[in-house]
Formats: sequence, structure tokens, C-alpha cells
Amino acid sequence: MSDTPIIEMEHIDKSFVGNQVLSDVHFDIQEGEIHALMGENGAGKSTLIKVLTGIHPRDSGIIRWKGEEVKFSNPKEAEKEGIIVIHQELNIIPYLTVAENMFLGKELTYGKSGIIKSNEMKAQTKGILDKLGVKNIQPNDIAGNLSVGKQQMVEIARALATEAKVIIMDEPTAALTEREIRSLFNLVQDLKKQGVSFVYISHRMEEIFEICDRITVLRDGSYVGTRMVKETNLEAVVKMMVGRELGQRFPEKNNYIGDVILSVENFSSPGWFDNVTFDVRKGEILGVSGLMGAGRSEVMEALFGYRKSSNGHVKLDGKPLKANHPKNLIKQGIGFITEDRKVKGLMLEAPIRENITLANFKRVSKNQVIQTKKERELVNQLIKRLNVKATNSEQQVKSLSGGNQQKVVVAKWLGIEPKVLILDEPTRGVDIGAKKEIYTIINELAENGVAIIMVSSELQEILGVSDRVMVMHEGKVKGFFDRNEATQEKIMLAATGGE
Amino acid sequence: MSYIKKNISILGPLIGLILFSIFLGIMNDSFLTLNNILNLLRQISVNSLIAFGMTFVILTAGIDLSVGSILALGSALTAGLLSSSMDPLLAIFLGLLIGFLLGAINGVIITKGKVAPFIATLATMTIYRGATLVYTGGRPITGLSDSFTFEMIGKGYVFGIPFPAILMIIMFLILYFVLNKTVFGRQVYAIGGNEEASILSGIKADRVKIWVYSLTGMLSVLAGIIITSRLNSAQPTAGASYELDAIAAVVIGGTSLAGGRGRIIGTLIGALIIGVIDNGLNLMNVSSFYQQIVKGGIILLAVLLDRSSNK
Repeated sequence: MSDTPIIEMEHIDKSFVGNQVLSDVHFDIQEGEIHALMGENGAGKSTLIKVLTGIHPRDSGIIRWKGEEVKFSNPKEAEKEGIIVIHQELNIIPYLTVAENMFLGKELTYGKSGIIKSNEMKAQTKGILDKLGVKNIQPNDIAGNLSVGKQQMVEIARALATEAKVIIMDEPTAALTEREIRSLFNLVQDLKKQGVSFVYISHRMEEIFEICDRITVLRDGSYVGTRMVKETNLEAVVKMMVGRELGQRFPEKNNYIGDVILSVENFSSPGWFDNVTFDVRKGEILGVSGLMGAGRSEVMEALFGYRKSSNGHVKLDGKPLKANHPKNLIKQGIGFITEDRKVKGLMLEAPIRENITLANFKRVSKNQVIQTKKERELVNQLIKRLNVKATNSEQQVKSLSGGNQQKVVVAKWLGIEPKVLILDEPTRGVDIGAKKEIYTIINELAENGVAIIMVSSELQEILGVSDRVMVMHEGKVKGFFDRNEATQEKIMLAATGGE
Repeated sequence: MSYIKKNISILGPLIGLILFSIFLGIMNDSFLTLNNILNLLRQISVNSLIAFGMTFVILTAGIDLSVGSILALGSALTAGLLSSSMDPLLAIFLGLLIGFLLGAINGVIITKGKVAPFIATLATMTIYRGATLVYTGGRPITGLSDSFTFEMIGKGYVFGIPFPAILMIIMFLILYFVLNKTVFGRQVYAIGGNEEASILSGIKADRVKIWVYSLTGMLSVLAGIIITSRLNSAQPTAGASYELDAIAAVVIGGTSLAGGRGRIIGTLIGALIIGVIDNGLNLMNVSSFYQQIVKGGIILLAVLLDRSSNK
């Protein structure tokens, strides 16, 4: 590492309408290093990045770029210097080709005529993709038809097309398959050797320790410290993030596994999944593992009557279950916490109360009229049980942190007092403290005899929480592993189609 | 505090309404007289009734362009029944049922046919208007019932208050209750807020939407019957471009075209604002050409204010 950092941020303060979100924050990036920026949701990570790239002006403090003081007034200026941000929400225009997306806003033209040199754009795109070792994306592909992982690759390629010096990645692996993560990491290492620096924002601890050189931790808008990855460990970093000992990552549970409550037989939906057979018992936590696109979410959506299934038998307590509309399933005591809370789980503009009531009209109404008092009681009780951090039940859900939003979703489903609860990626984008709280709730439910089906892409989570693991690969069930025989290797092997 | 926050979306329109009224009251002595206010309430009743239905539709993130055509077809068929000397109450009931069914057709096309509401109702707007012209042969239907019941609807007074205004207030109270206190009302908001999440939480979104369009169809015919009663005839071109005033009332009232956010009381205020502009500028002898410019300006202002208060 050279002596002068490529970026140096000192004593950064920022407040929004009297609300201090950053105070006296320090952050520096060396040339050719991968620097993790960590902290729970709401710790100020994204604000810090926005201050750096000029989206938000800072209240005070100094930013130096290659040793000289700078003040970017918008992201475009930062981009010109070579600071590129790859956001969690991808900036891909779905109807344009890969090449058109790559050159969006900086199209190659014949002079100033505005006429686009499309062949040259394609050729250059091809060149960049080749340099990245990406073989399965063509410049002519329509971006929207690519998997999320490939779209992410396009974004990264776009960052490279601009000769980036610093690439800031916000949760880049959230939507990637294991294989895609590998090729992303290889790429990052290659670029690092060429002197490119990275700021890496992620909730996935394992990744941070695998790929990063240094870690800077923020908590409640304040700078906690910077550590060399080599000289620290997971527990120490978690402690820095939450400000206290968190104890075990996966809480102990003491559940009794009873009789089969839900059984699924030869469940199929052409093109999505095929002949899926499994059951889950009262009080059991069944983990469902597999790569992105293995059909796990699709099985759950079909089971819940949200997606069509062509054949198969589903039985609840031995009685056939008609999966034609979520309403019927909810009536039978089945709950479904969907994968993407912003798209399929929440009304972001609505208050917490209305979101929780959404699946619980039966409990809070009489003759189709809402009983305001009953509603408040139920909502407040659930908010308390889940420890949702909000000023009151009327707060808009979109103003909550990711972890608290997820707790609102969970609260909604606890309201129906489910016999079977399906959770699809229940802790995605949730900070480590809230994660543990969600695990505790899952355990409590299982201890009270609720059957849990938990789909997750995080192997650690699957191994830490499940009693039994079902692995899917390309729409088929590849195997089951009991808690004591399940290992990362066995699950990965099954998930990638190995025998 | 939370009361103010909850009502912030209608605060702007309400202040606007009051300022307009004060302004017009100063400019013209006859504006703030009891007589004129009652007259104003009668004038806005037709647009209000349609706009109440439109509020439900827009809350589900939909739109209904066919309200004017439903109004015309429903009125013409009701008038046809009346001129065949059917009992007026029965004829009115059948007319409302027709409105309900025409709306239900919209709802079914939108939900089961998966056609965007704008396109679906643009098509039925044309079809229903055509059907009206076919049924009436392009001529007004006159010689309707001279029954007290039918005359009452458009021209009557109860304790000095115009009957259409009473009808509007009753419908407002019922719909206010439905929207704010019932499961159905909550489901309307939920679908506009996030349709996928609503379905996954057990709401039969298609059914709710069909009901919403049916309700709007019925309210449009109710508005049409008021006009028919006042004119004692059904015009084949009745209700043309009424959808625009209805949408304007909803938008001025602070309801988001994206769905999920808005209040029916806002719509009432929106309809009042439009009514006050029309009525006040008329009293001041401003040409109706200018009135349109003012009305358009107000719609724009309302949306711009709404946008900035949401930042």
C-alpha cells in the first residue's frame, strides 16, 4: 500500500432536518485495497457513500482525492474522476441490449451528430466482457432477459468501461448464485492487482473475511474503528457493529418434533419444478437450500396458491388442501413470508398498522367492519412481541430499517397464528442484530409446535437453524439431510447437481 | 398531531377552497349567500357522485374513462323504461343495476382479461357511447314520467336543501364509512398500495376491483338520473368528458394516481373547488373559455403542491 490514500474522508458530519446521521466519521481507501464498510442498517453506510459521491452535501469535514481536497457536487463529477458506485438496486434498462446499457449516457457517436456507432459499441462491449472472462453474455442480449447475476456483471463491466479507480459495491452478492459470486471475486482480485480499489458493503460476514483487506465499522452514524482483516475476527467485528456481545449467532432451541402436518407429493409445475415430494412435521424446522433458480421459491408460491401447479397432492393434517388462492391457505393456518419484502411483502407507503392487519382482517373485524380497538390491540401486541423499533404503529413502513421492515412482515404472519409458516429468505438485507431476533422467533414458533419451512441461500443460516435440510437443484429435490449429518460440502454438492 | 398528519393531504385543498371562497365572496356580493351555496351544492352533486366512485378506482391504482358513457347509457335506458310508464322507483333501480353491470364488465375486462384500466375503459367508453347512440337513434328521449318521485330527484328540495345535494351527502357518508371502516375499504387501499402483497396476504384482488368498477358504474348512472330528472329528458351526448372533471376532483383532493393513498373527503373538497371556480367565475361574468384555463391551472397547481409535500 502506498502512503497517501486515494480517498480520505475526515471529520464528516451530516444531518437531515436536525437528525444527525453522520458525526465525525473517518474513512480512507488505499490504492489497490478492498475495504469493507460495515454496520447495521441505519448505521450511516449509504449516507457516507452519498456524501462521498456528492449526492448529499456534507455539513462539515474534509474529503481528499489523491491527497487533494475535493467537493463533488454530483455523482457525475465523482464518476469522471473514476469513483463508481454499483447500487444494490441495479441501474439496468431492461429493454435495451447489453451494449446499449454499457454505454448509457456516454454513447459513442460520429462527432457531435448524435448518430450512434453501434458496431463499435458492441465491439468494445465484447472486449470488456472478454477481459472480465464473462463468456455467457453477448453484447446483443436484451438486458432484461438476463439473470440478476448476469445483470450485475453488466453493471460491473460498465464500471470498468469508465476506467474506474474506486468501485463501491453495495450488497453485490445478494442476488448472485455461488458460482457467480466466485467469478465476481476472481474479477475483484484481478482488478485489485491492477491497482483498482474497492469499497465493499455487505451483511455477509464470511465474504468480508474472505475478500477484504480492511474493515471500517460505523455504528449509529459514528466511526467505531478500522481493523486489518488479518488481525481481527468475526466476533470482534460483530461486537464493534452492535456495541455489545451478541453471544451465539444462532440461538439455542428446544423444540419437540411431532407428527407430519403438511405433506407434498409429486408436486409439479412445468418449466419451474418437477415431482417435488416432501413433508414437514409439527415443531420441525425444514431448511430448503439450493442455488438461485433451483425452483425453491416457485414451489412455495405454488404451495401457497399464488402460482399455478399442474398436479400433485398437498395434504394438511391428512386432509387434501386446495391451493387455488392464498386466502384459502391462510384460512387453513398456513403463512408465507415472501422473498422480496418490498415487492411482495409490504405496502411501503402505508403505516405499520395497516401492513400488519392485511392478513388479519378476520381477527379485527365484525360483519366486515373494522373494530378499531381490536385492531390496535392486535397490532401493538405484535409490534411488542417482535420488538419492532418504531415511534408508533402509524409510522410509514418505508421509513423503517430493513430489519424492522422484515419484522413487520413477520408480525403480520404471526397474527394468523399459523400451523405452518413458510419463510423465503427471511433475513436477506437484515442486519445482524435483527437476524438473531428473527431466528429466536422462528425457534419459539417451532417450540410451540408450528411447522417451519425456511428457504435460504445462506448456508450458515440453513445449517444453524434447520432440523432437517432439503436441497433442490434445477426444479428437483436432490436430497434430505438431518441436522447432525448436514455439512456445507454435502449441501453444495447436492445443490450443484452432484450425487 | 397524528390527526393533522393523517389529514395533511387534504389540508392544502381545504385551504385553497377557503381562500377561493373568500376571494370570490369579496369580488361578488351574491357568491356567499345561502341561496348561491345551496345552488352550488346542487351543481356539484353530479360530478361529486362520479368522483366518489373514481376515488375508489384510483385508490386501486386504476382509472375509469367510461363513466360519462355509462352515465349516458344508463340514463337513456332508465328514460326508456320511464317513458314506457314503468313505476319510477323500479325504473331507477333497474337503471342503477345497469350501471352496476356496465361497471362490472369494465372490472372483468381489467382483471380477468388483464387489460390496463386506461385501455379497457377507453374502449368501453367508446362502446357504451355507441350503444347509447344506437338505442336513442341519436335523439333525446323525452316525455318521461311526471311522477313526484322522479321529479324529486333532480328538482326537489327537502327543508330548502336541493335533493341532489342531500343525495350527494348521503352517498358521501356511506362511502366514507365503507372506505375507512370496513374490510372492503381497507382492501381497496391495500391493492393500490401493493397488489402482489395484498394477494399474498389473502385478498381476492380481482373480486375487489370488479366491485370497485361496478360501484363507479352505479354512481355514474345515479348522477345521470339526476340530470335526466332535471332536464326531464335523456340526452345521448350526456356526460361527455365528465370523466375529466371527476378525475380532476380526485387529483385536486390529494389522491395519488399511483394508488393506495388518498381520501374521499379530499375528493369532495376537490369537487367543491371545481364547483366554486365554475360558479364564481360565472357570477363574475368571466367567459367560459377563461374558466377552462383557470381550472386546468388549478389541477396543475394541486398536483405540484402534492408532489412537493411528498418529498
